[in-house]
Amino acid sequence: MEEIPSLQHPVAAAADLAQHSPPAETPSARRRLSRLKERFIEALLFLAAFSSVAITLGIVGTLVYESSTFFAHVSIREFLTAPLWTPLFSPPRFGIMPLVMGTLVTTAVALAVALPIGTVVAIYLSEFAPVRVREVIKPALELLSAVPTVVYGYFALQFMSPLLQKVFPGLPTFNMLSAGVVMGIMIIPYVSSLSEDAMRAVPMSLREGAYAMGANRIITAIRVVYPAALSGIVASYILAISRAIGETMIVAIAAGMQPNLTLDPREPAATITAFIVQVSLGDLPHGSIGYQSIFAAGVTLFIMTLIFNILGYILRKRFREVY
Amino acid sequence: MSTDLSKPDSRLLPGSAATPVGSVGAATRPAKISVRHLNFYYGKSQALFDISLDIPERMVTAFIGPSGCGKSTFLRTLNRMNDIIPGTRVEGDILIDNADIYASATDVVDLRLRVGMVFQKSNPFPKSIFDNVAYGLRINRMTSSKSDLKAHVEQALKDAAIWEEVKDRLNQSALGLSGGQQQRLCIARALAIRPSVILMDEPASALDPMATAKIEELIVELKKQYTIVIVTHNMQQAARVSDITAFYWLGKLIEVNPTDKMFTNPIEKLTEDYITGRFG
Repeated sequence: MEEIPSLQHPVAAAADLAQHSPPAETPSARRRLSRLKERFIEALLFLAAFSSVAITLGIVGTLVYESSTFFAHVSIREFLTAPLWTPLFSPPRFGIMPLVMGTLVTTAVALAVALPIGTVVAIYLSEFAPVRVREVIKPALELLSAVPTVVYGYFALQFMSPLLQKVFPGLPTFNMLSAGVVMGIMIIPYVSSLSEDAMRAVPMSLREGAYAMGANRIITAIRVVYPAALSGIVASYILAISRAIGETMIVAIAAGMQPNLTLDPREPAATITAFIVQVSLGDLPHGSIGYQSIFAAGVTLFIMTLIFNILGYILRKRFREVY
Repeated sequence: MSTDLSKPDSRLLPGSAATPVGSVGAATRPAKISVRHLNFYYGKSQALFDISLDIPERMVTAFIGPSGCGKSTFLRTLNRMNDIIPGTRVEGDILIDNADIYASATDVVDLRLRVGMVFQKSNPFPKSIFDNVAYGLRINRMTSSKSDLKAHVEQALKDAAIWEEVKDRLNQSALGLSGGQQQRLCIARALAIRPSVILMDEPASALDPMATAKIEELIVELKKQYTIVIVTHNMQQAARVSDITAFYWLGKLIEVNPTDKMFTNPIEKLTEDYITGRFG
């Protein structure tokens, strides 16, 4: 095996390379081989990146295809304006608005809890906490998002609802408020963790510039660090919104399953996700209009998340302070 | 440093902080800053050893020395910027206008309003040019009205010799400026809050020769009103802009003298070796 490897097939040459030290190689063969290897790796990486796009397209395609049969029966106008969502009753009504309202209300309650608390926690961890404290609090907070959502659901039902009933007498056991509050607790770490990362990435030199002009820590945090990190912070808010809109188990357990066109968080109501999980558990015949309504609801959910993502993108571009 | 007290340059280090430094040269003015027996520690490692020094008012004092000799650390003790680094400790006294800045009664915010700072790497905030200069005025509520604020910002930009270049783009991002302009903007930002001392940590080390020349002209102009302390690696720069030069080595102050004497006839062998480029 001491002949010149450049005459061999590249793979054999590669085997050769593994056995012997390079000096026997001619430089051009080695270069050709490494070029091939490079191209192969590039193709692999591209495939990995492309798979995410392909899967997304696949999901959207399925949603659109399945819901197209639904919209052949129900007009878009009826879908968007009818005040009732009773696909399993007779006569069925297909107005998505009660479900959309339920989703928006629980999401709003969750965000009212998670955004302020998450942001304050992030500012504390990034700008004030000693290293030791941060090293304890951060993983402890992240554990919050590791709790199974079904546990949160019962936590909302068995703990949060009775607690809130003391504040709001007459609050029903199933209500959007307790589901939203618990959902907010669940997504605090999404906000605090990502926001803290973004704020810690702000260069020290900016903080020094602020301190050198007589700023104290809280002013530096709010007027220099927070705006400079806004891009990352908004990204964390968007993630939190998407998470809240898509959350299923907590609202399915604690918010009640009845579609209810209301903006009052103290009332019970079904969200889009809760409806999907409720219906897909039942024994709906494949292809029936009830079955297809799941996909129509799915499309609505997808569009809502998409809108918030686009909104977040615009906000980020508008308010971003590049450092 | 205690051994240095027997050397001729010890005339710069009078026993009492209130005593004017008059004997070094006709041009020397009374001390604005007096440092006595300063030791500084990062955790357990000592970075500065028994430094005593007077910095005269409305003159330029340059700190020179090889990297890691403690000159930047020393500079940052003068407005207590080292406070934000955990685990640092200071011993000794630093008096500015005869008041101990490390005394418990000292308000750090007030100190930093009197002792401004310009950093090695220009660090404008990612805001507009106007907002950068207005920042210190706003957070410390130093102006009474919007027009007052505008006037202060304009004056600071003029003092930093950058007004003509930015007056038509005050609302544009400061990050669109060139490196040299950014550094002058940072100087304007520091000037806006009307400090009496300006600390400069290698303010021109990242700039090209043209921008550097502008900064140096500015420094010479500013010393009419401000006490300036500048850390520099550039020996020629120290020679060009400073009145007094202090040489540091391994955390110790080796020699301090009027700049012309320092560069023509240094007392210490170590200083001479460093200035002539034999090490460092």
